[in-house]
Amino acid sequence: MNRTAVAAIYKFEMTRFFRTWKQSFLSPVISTSLYFVVFGAAIGSRIEQVEGVSYGAFIVPGLIMLSVIVQSVMNGSFGIHFPKFVGTVFEILSAPVNYVEIVLGYVGAAATKSLLIGLVILATSALFVDISIQHPLAMIAFLLLTCISFSLLGFIVGIWAKNFEQLQIVPMMVITPLIFLGGSFYSISMLPPFWQTVTLFNPVVYLVSGFRWAFFGTADVPVGLSLCAIALFTGVCLWVVAWIFRTGWRIRD
Amino acid sequence: MAPILSVRDLRKTYDGGFEALKGVTLEIEQGEILALLGPNGAGKTTLISTICGLTVPTSGTVTVGGFDIARDYRKTRSLIGLVPQDIALEPFETVYRTVSFSRGLFGKPRNDAFVGEVLKKLSLWDKKDSQIKELSGGMKRRVLIAKALSHEPRVLFLDEPTAGVDVALRKDMWDVVDGLRADGVTIILTTHYIEEAEAIADRVGVINGGRILLVEDKDALMVQMGKKQLDVILTDPVDALPESLARPGLELSADGTRLVYSYDTKAERTGITRLLQDVAEAGLVLRDVQTRESSLEDIFVGLVEEHSAGEAS
Repeated sequence: MNRTAVAAIYKFEMTRFFRTWKQSFLSPVISTSLYFVVFGAAIGSRIEQVEGVSYGAFIVPGLIMLSVIVQSVMNGSFGIHFPKFVGTVFEILSAPVNYVEIVLGYVGAAATKSLLIGLVILATSALFVDISIQHPLAMIAFLLLTCISFSLLGFIVGIWAKNFEQLQIVPMMVITPLIFLGGSFYSISMLPPFWQTVTLFNPVVYLVSGFRWAFFGTADVPVGLSLCAIALFTGVCLWVVAWIFRTGWRIRD
Repeated sequence: MAPILSVRDLRKTYDGGFEALKGVTLEIEQGEILALLGPNGAGKTTLISTICGLTVPTSGTVTVGGFDIARDYRKTRSLIGLVPQDIALEPFETVYRTVSFSRGLFGKPRNDAFVGEVLKKLSLWDKKDSQIKELSGGMKRRVLIAKALSHEPRVLFLDEPTAGVDVALRKDMWDVVDGLRADGVTIILTTHYIEEAEAIADRVGVINGGRILLVEDKDALMVQMGKKQLDVILTDPVDALPESLARPGLELSADGTRLVYSYDTKAERTGITRLLQDVAEAGLVLRDVQTRESSLEDIFVGLVEEHSAGEAS
């Protein structure tokens, strides 16, 4: 294992993140605050409680998931796409590193960034509503796994994308709708039976449900199923990354 | 001594069916500067990319410092520094950070003294905290070289280091290469400027259509392949070549003031004495006599044309 190389990539990426700390941290804080004003105050005042939790608190796990998933995909994809775009990827491909080390460096940094953002949002939420976390370890585990798996997905997107438009397509056109339709701001038990069934095909439902369980002890789907779902998703992403490097798809002639 | 780089029957066929390398064999000794000369699309960049691990060869073997590039890729890649043809740098990074990053990426522990030394050698020390985007084109090329040298490689590849660079900057780059030679770095550079190969290389390889046409000591090449021309300038122009002078290799210039005689410096008899005697006997008065040696360019153009004609037939 070329630890020096992994550390070099990780540090390089993290420095980029902290150099733009205003965009990195302020925008999630601002958008979280906006969600609380709109959903929490305006709409939440008309919904008293969902599954025994005040609506303002109920949306916190979904809100964190929304940002963490979108940020993971964006950070993961940008980290590898930018070197491809400016051409510096040649250096990574000609360095004495294997793909596991490349992925550890880039995905590790992307996941760290979104984890930090998730924690910032959690802290911001605490300013608006009372939050109790019933299963803190499970909460951290879900958060970490989400950061890692979606950063991996982002890494794949970054290699797949041929330009910046394509880079935006996945987070905007695929991820965001899935999160909004995945019970981030409502319990799927509030839907008509037909749509409840349809929703079960949305992988994000399992993430949000499991994450919410870690907070409040209530869930739309069994928590074991949530864990299986995220483990399966991480496995699929790892397999695709391994395939990319084995075949050199879109990175090596 | 074993060569630092050895390429054996290397072939590369791209997915589209294009055969970029058709069995390249090449050996490079420690400390020498080899210029790979060839027209666009000759396979120069593919050859370099394959040695550096950016392109996967279809067949053939490459060893660097005795290690195989596929099996011992960590060892071979640590020995190699690559300066690509296009300027590829992250615009918002500082010079120092981007060079240090390269060192770490190649697995070398942090060494501020060494990185500083590289930057000083390349006259980049004053710019170490500047963002890349603030630098001139020449400075950016130097940053690329600094990055490639940051992990103390023993072999440096310079892929067309002076393509699209102005004359002053080109000379500047040659000075940099000269400095590296003094440090004992083995350098393989590709170029399509013959002048460049002539100025800085110890050996010259000519590549065209994915094949190495020849690799020769530069001076030996010029002597071996070199033709000389003797220009006999006449005081009074003549209408036609006198019959007594007619012989292979001799021509009269269009304005009739000059006899141009091409001869082979390798030949036992060049025929110069005889020619000059015959000129005197023909009653022509000489104003001046000049000789010219063919340049690497003439040799190169001759080789590539010969090769292309061979391919076509």
